[in-house]
Amino acid sequence: MALPKHASPLERIWHYTYLVICGLIFLFLIAPILIIIPLSFNAEPYFTFTEKMLRFDPTGYSTRWYDLLLTFGMINPDAPRDASWWRDVWENAAWVRAAKNSLIIGFFATLLATALGTLAALGLSRPEMPFRRLIMAVLISPMIVPIIITATGLFFFYSWTGLANTYTGIILAHATLGIPFVIITVTATLVGFDHSLTRAAASLGANPTTTFFKITMPLIMPGVISGALFAFVTSFDEVVVVLFVAAYDQQTIPRQMWNGIREQISPAILSVATILVIVSILLLTTVELLRRRSERLRGLSPG
Amino acid sequence: MSDATATLTTVDGKPLKAALAAAERRARWRAFLLVVPLLAFVLITFIVPIGQLLKRSVYNPAFSDNMPNIVAWFAENPPGTEPDEEAFAALVADLRLARENKTIGIVGTRINYDLPGSRSLFTKSARKAKRLEPPYREALLEVDEDWGDPMLWQVMRGASSAYTINFYLAALDRTRDAEGRIVPVDENRRVYVTLFERTLILSVVITALTFVLGFPIAHLLATLPLRYSNLLMIFVLLPFWTSLLVRTTSWIVLLQSQGVINDLLVTLGIIGDDGRIQLIYNQIGTVVAMTHILLPFMVLPLYSVMRPIDPSYVRAARSLGATSWTAFRRIYLPQTVPGIGAGALLVFILAVGYYITPALVGGSTGQLISNLIAFHMQKSLNWSLAAALAALLLGGVLILYWLYDKLVGIDNLKLG
Repeated sequence: MALPKHASPLERIWHYTYLVICGLIFLFLIAPILIIIPLSFNAEPYFTFTEKMLRFDPTGYSTRWYDLLLTFGMINPDAPRDASWWRDVWENAAWVRAAKNSLIIGFFATLLATALGTLAALGLSRPEMPFRRLIMAVLISPMIVPIIITATGLFFFYSWTGLANTYTGIILAHATLGIPFVIITVTATLVGFDHSLTRAAASLGANPTTTFFKITMPLIMPGVISGALFAFVTSFDEVVVVLFVAAYDQQTIPRQMWNGIREQISPAILSVATILVIVSILLLTTVELLRRRSERLRGLSPG
Repeated sequence: MSDATATLTTVDGKPLKAALAAAERRARWRAFLLVVPLLAFVLITFIVPIGQLLKRSVYNPAFSDNMPNIVAWFAENPPGTEPDEEAFAALVADLRLARENKTIGIVGTRINYDLPGSRSLFTKSARKAKRLEPPYREALLEVDEDWGDPMLWQVMRGASSAYTINFYLAALDRTRDAEGRIVPVDENRRVYVTLFERTLILSVVITALTFVLGFPIAHLLATLPLRYSNLLMIFVLLPFWTSLLVRTTSWIVLLQSQGVINDLLVTLGIIGDDGRIQLIYNQIGTVVAMTHILLPFMVLPLYSVMRPIDPSYVRAARSLGATSWTAFRRIYLPQTVPGIGAGALLVFILAVGYYITPALVGGSTGQLISNLIAFHMQKSLNWSLAAALAALLLGGVLILYWLYDKLVGIDNLKLG
């Protein structure tokens, strides 16, 4: 992208304008996500920077909204903060309960989606697979079909089968939504998979099971883990299905945020959002490291 | 001897061709069996629910199940028959029955979908039905003369069959007149076609905006050395990994009238404190937030197409005398078309069905068709109409999906 020596003045001007434009677009992408982090430490219940915050006055900042995440929904939030106070938090605080629900649902949905998705990706990446294109299209469709349609269909289906208001129902639905991501990432890892490795294992006397666990599995593991992380994030971020088929006490974090945004929006939402941004930074880093590892393992060029 | 040369056989005497075919068949089955568990799972948790939704859009037994006598009368008499004393007697019997079974509410609601304002007619008449005496025709008309309305009889005849396409007609702002012909509804009741149009227009606008914003940065990322572009890629991937609700919240914080952008403009003196701009809870809010949320889906396919483009083509064009603009337009741009197509289709498909962001930042003018489906599911409880709207949206999305598969191929869908 370097400017050649023979560039005309007009080209030079354009080149720097272009870089500024790109900078502004990157700002548009990242600023909304980063701006909520300082705002979540606002001492006042406003969504904007107060004068004290702009002067970096310490009294303009506080962690009261993070504290509210713990105390909201507690039976006795003003009690001294000893062991029984923390037990109250663990059992009754609305956000803590939502986090527990989200983690339980996310964990089982991810497990289900990853196990079934990896198995299917192994089949789909074989050249002899019949109706490959059609089956692939069906399996990816939960990602393409608008979530409101899926949720509406599930509402009818679950009230018919009695799965409405159950954890099983939400887990099954979230697993379905996560499956496309597992399929995509695992098949991507299997592209360029060197099948002579499995043949070599077989020729050395390994049975198919041993070959799978000793040869195939370690090689596709990075893809499987990325797929699992995608599936987990999908479940962890899903609100529409929960709105349609979950009972009132099955609040998840996004559901709780949804309520917060629609009803009593307070900077407490921003503190949750900040925590979620930090989680997504960690996830992104993990996936990126896995991708590089996978490319190194498969002998592709780094990048 | 001649036999052996004509057909090659395996050790155990099978013809080689047959043995090969059998082996291939086994391999196909092995591959297929790996996919079967997931296919069955998706069939149950996804395809069957969608099927139920489609069924619900053409099937509503609320009237036919609860009004047996009048349904029987409709079955015996061809369309166009003037309702006689027998019909009114059947109707009164059904009203009594429905009142007894407490189903009059759902019966009235069902007719109300096709003929607004008739729910109270049913509940009121059912309350009085017990005391009515023959001749029933006069007695019912005494209760309310709307019972003589040919339109009402036409609607009841339509509802006497559980299967109907009336919900699709309603979803397209059409209805049936007293003779059963399909006509457009009153001007002031037309909602859905306008909303479909708005959904399409806003989706096109959002797709265009993601392209305008996505193309320059995809180009920059593709031409920078890898160690810089991988670093800058974080700016694209971090929003991609951040919760949708977090990103929507951020835009509420930025755009609301007491929010960061308005405060900034006031501080800079561009607008007065009383002239704060309404940037959210309208179409601007929906378009801005959705453009931000969908931008990575445009940048990633563009990037993966632009990365392998050989810069020497543009250099060759320049050396042959093309200006930089001509070289870009005639040489570089055509090579990026597959990426543009893939990104634009993906963004458009996702935008058409968007629900969460318009619901939170769209106000009343920034709502899309998905929000209306949710409204009919949760507030008005007209589930069949919601299902019909959903089916129409689904049809549109599936056509686009098929197009995407034809042009881009699902295998080329990449995440990060």
